[in-house]
Amino acid sequence: MLLDLWYLFLAFFIPGIVGYGGGPAIIPLIEIEVVQRYEFMTRQEFGEVLAMGNALPGPIATKMAGYIGFEVAGVLGSLVALAATVIPTLVAMILLLNLLNKFKDSPKVKRMTALIRPTIAVLLAVLAYQFFETSYFDAGIVHTIILVVLSFIFLERLNIHPALVIVGALAYGAIFLS
Amino acid sequence: MTKSKWDVNKDLFISFLRTGLLGYGGGPSTIPLVHKEVVHQYKWMDDEEFGNVLALGNSLPGPIMTKMAGYIGYRIGGFTGMIGALIAAVLPTVLLMIALISFLVSFRDSPIVQGMTQAIAPVVGVLLFMLAFNFFRNSNKGLGLPIAISLSIVSIIVYVVLSWHPVLLIGALIIYALTTKPKKKGA
Repeated sequence: MLLDLWYLFLAFFIPGIVGYGGGPAIIPLIEIEVVQRYEFMTRQEFGEVLAMGNALPGPIATKMAGYIGFEVAGVLGSLVALAATVIPTLVAMILLLNLLNKFKDSPKVKRMTALIRPTIAVLLAVLAYQFFETSYFDAGIVHTIILVVLSFIFLERLNIHPALVIVGALAYGAIFLS
Repeated sequence: MTKSKWDVNKDLFISFLRTGLLGYGGGPSTIPLVHKEVVHQYKWMDDEEFGNVLALGNSLPGPIMTKMAGYIGYRIGGFTGMIGALIAAVLPTVLLMIALISFLVSFRDSPIVQGMTQAIAPVVGVLLFMLAFNFFRNSNKGLGLPIAISLSIVSIIVYVVLSWHPVLLIGALIIYALTTKPKKKGA
């Protein structure tokens, strides 16, 4: 039991500290640990769990960690896997940003903030493009264009809260894409 | 105007509960929603500070949503704020997953659910694109158009064309900014 918890910890700790690009990008690393190294489940089972995770909203890495931890070692397993996924990188984040905030009025840090902004814009634009691409493959070009134009009008021109626009899109999908 | 600690923690909890439950496509899809809550709705941070959170979040490994929730919760509400924001971001969907797993097997193949999931992607794309534009416009104001455009082009070359990891670029810019002397104030 204790060994299971330790393996669970490692299986989620390592992808969390070597994988870049957010949860979806580290799923393949989690699969290597869970399926190949520790053999908690078969590749097919992992695929099933992932598909179900994707059918639910919210961050994916923690859904996988929480569920697989629970399957392997109950509530404690779930907590260990979640902690291993979340805590190490969060601690680094808090330490670095606290350091940054201490010097936030220094001209150097101000300039740094300004200089990285175009890069962040590009990262977000690439992420946006990936979502458009997914939509093009899954829903087709016509529905993609309709949804892009409608959501742009509602969000930008009419200033509707994103939550409502997302609910509207869910309704559109249930009616026109099923 | 000042809210009690309890109210702040409650606001943090609700805003990350909302973003966690509305983001389809994993943590990165929640970035614009978090931005909306943190910068517009509750005004806990300005665009500049949120930009730093994103820059460091992208430079560190691991899931992005929990880094945002944990840090923003910590910054606004201290340790309890951090725990509350993390629980709100993570726990509901984990519990749903554990509770509904047998039900989900049939549910995920339902065309209605697939249609709903598919319709979210373009909306998330628009939200991310608007946020990208917002960051570009802000950097244009701060740096001037020529520098903002040059840095964007360099970023596209490094990140998209050469597919190097963005941490290299962000790291290089941070080191450059911190080790060289700023020319003039208000530049």
